[in-house]
Amino acid sequence: METIELIKLQVNEKARIVSFDGGHQLALKLRQYGLFVGDRVRIVRSAPFNGPILIESNGREIALGKGIAGKIMVEKN
Amino acid sequence: MRIALIGQPNCGKSTLFNQVAGYKAETGNFHGTTVTFTESKVRVSGEVLDLVDLPGTYTLSGTNPAEAETQRYLRSEQVDLIINVVDASHLSQGLELTLELLELKRPLLVAFNMMDEAKRTGLRINGPGLQQRLGVPILPLVASKGQGVMELFKSAVRLIKKPSLSEYSPGENSDKARHERAARLTEEFVKQGERRITWRDRLDDILLHPFWGYIAMVAILFLFFQVVYSVGSAIEGPVLVFFNGLTVQLLGFIGSKSFWGEVVNGLLQGISGGLAIALPYLIPFLFGLGLLEDIGYLPRIAFLMDGLMHRLGLHGKAIVPFILGYGCNVPAVMSTRILEEKQDRFLASALAVLVPCAARLAVIFGLVAFYLGPVWALAIYLFNILVIALLGRLLTNLLPEKTPGLILEMPVYRIPTIKTVFSKAWFRVREFLVEAWPLLIAGSVALGIFTFFNINPILNWIVRPVTWLIGLPSETGVPLIFGVLRKELSLIMLWQALGGLDFAAVLSPLQMMTFTVFVVFYIPCLPTLTSLRRELGTRQMLLIVLLTILVALAAGLFVRVLGLILL
Repeated sequence: METIELIKLQVNEKARIVSFDGGHQLALKLRQYGLFVGDRVRIVRSAPFNGPILIESNGREIALGKGIAGKIMVEKN
Repeated sequence: MRIALIGQPNCGKSTLFNQVAGYKAETGNFHGTTVTFTESKVRVSGEVLDLVDLPGTYTLSGTNPAEAETQRYLRSEQVDLIINVVDASHLSQGLELTLELLELKRPLLVAFNMMDEAKRTGLRINGPGLQQRLGVPILPLVASKGQGVMELFKSAVRLIKKPSLSEYSPGENSDKARHERAARLTEEFVKQGERRITWRDRLDDILLHPFWGYIAMVAILFLFFQVVYSVGSAIEGPVLVFFNGLTVQLLGFIGSKSFWGEVVNGLLQGISGGLAIALPYLIPFLFGLGLLEDIGYLPRIAFLMDGLMHRLGLHGKAIVPFILGYGCNVPAVMSTRILEEKQDRFLASALAVLVPCAARLAVIFGLVAFYLGPVWALAIYLFNILVIALLGRLLTNLLPEKTPGLILEMPVYRIPTIKTVFSKAWFRVREFLVEAWPLLIAGSVALGIFTFFNINPILNWIVRPVTWLIGLPSETGVPLIFGVLRKELSLIMLWQALGGLDFAAVLSPLQMMTFTVFVVFYIPCLPTLTSLRRELGTRQMLLIVLLTILVALAAGLFVRVLGLILL
């Protein structure tokens, strides 16, 4: 199964987080918002003007800026 | 007996705290409204308890300032009981912190808050089962409506008198292990029933729509400001008329040129400035803001504006200070707390204080719109946005780190209760009453005394280099100095300084423009400076003061030169 950046997913696509490509700090930060490796996520919507994407994970909606979403590696299912 | 309230961000701890302690903590449907902890004595069924509201934390091993604070407190202070508030509608995530708290081996009570929300989304939680498994008492709670609050604190008192510790063994002590364990517990004890799709689930389809979302945002903000200005201006006029009459009457007795005449005049101006110019706008503004906050709309704006804010070197969350800035820079600076990175807080504060607040609106409209026409007022607003954007780009290039970007939880829309919105508005109005207003009155009195002793020419001479540079008459010096106390004072005092003459007779149209542009950008007013110092420290506050002077000089000079070329 191929691993891609979260940002590459289309709206309503589902995936599983494989790794965080932004070092320890990013993993720590995402953990504080309840995002862990292994979690399932769904793209709810994305904002225009190169804006953030809104994902759903564990029943919560979290907005992620383009920069951060580009560092989250996921596996489509 | 000391009880600590702990829970994840936006789980409703502060709402619970305010229910029992009166309104003492900032709440909002947004992350991280509590940064420092608040302590209060409360009386519950005949017992006096010390209740401590800790900042929201996802985990005890966190790294941001709020989480570090929480951890330090729980380890150092003698806490008799920990009440763990859990958002029942997001149980799996909340339980991670509960599992971590169990490892502390301290008396613990768990409150499942927002049970109404959980029911709405079709969750069926087996509370008794979970209570038995974890070995800690679990109580249901709807803090926003006050349901279950008394029962919770009665159980707390019982538990403090007869402490018992949980026998539950959480297993491996790591975030990952807790995350998985919490997920398993949720799977076992929570059943997802029929999820009722309501207006709240549909609302984001419009409010976050790539086109309609922006239309709605502009409409909502326009309506918000429209209401604030119509309420404010309806009150401002009659109150000013009343105070002007009172001043004339009193000065008739005392004599307007006497020492006491000047003091009384200054005193009345300070009082009426607060009653007529500040409060009529501040109260509806804070009320509306509280409403938007509690509904949960502000994070939506952050989502919509993130892409555009990146062009200023900031991310979406920093839009909040900018919006607030148009009302008043003080809450704008306070709201930079929601940004995690120190650098972002500095940048957002430095830029937000340049946003023309309601007080500067008075100058822009009273001088430029009135004498030169509303188009020129609009031009000043657009010029202001341009300058902020340029400065944002410039500062981002100078600052060492790049902002890591937006991570923001999108809270579920909530219907705010009148009580919380009211008490929140009051909480902030009180800040104005005790901090800013006395300052304003003192400043006005000082001005009266200066006028009596004829100190103004000296002050004008001191700031002459500035007024000379941007081509203003030297009499504008004192109004500019006192504008630091509050910005609209600079217009009222300009009128006094020019001997009550028609502005158009003394100032050329170009001078009106440069004066107004300078007033918009230079040194933030004293109340804003106070909050800058509180949020960022003295050094960064002074840095921002220096920056605003430079920006104001550059902008004033630019307008002057441009005017000389074009005219």
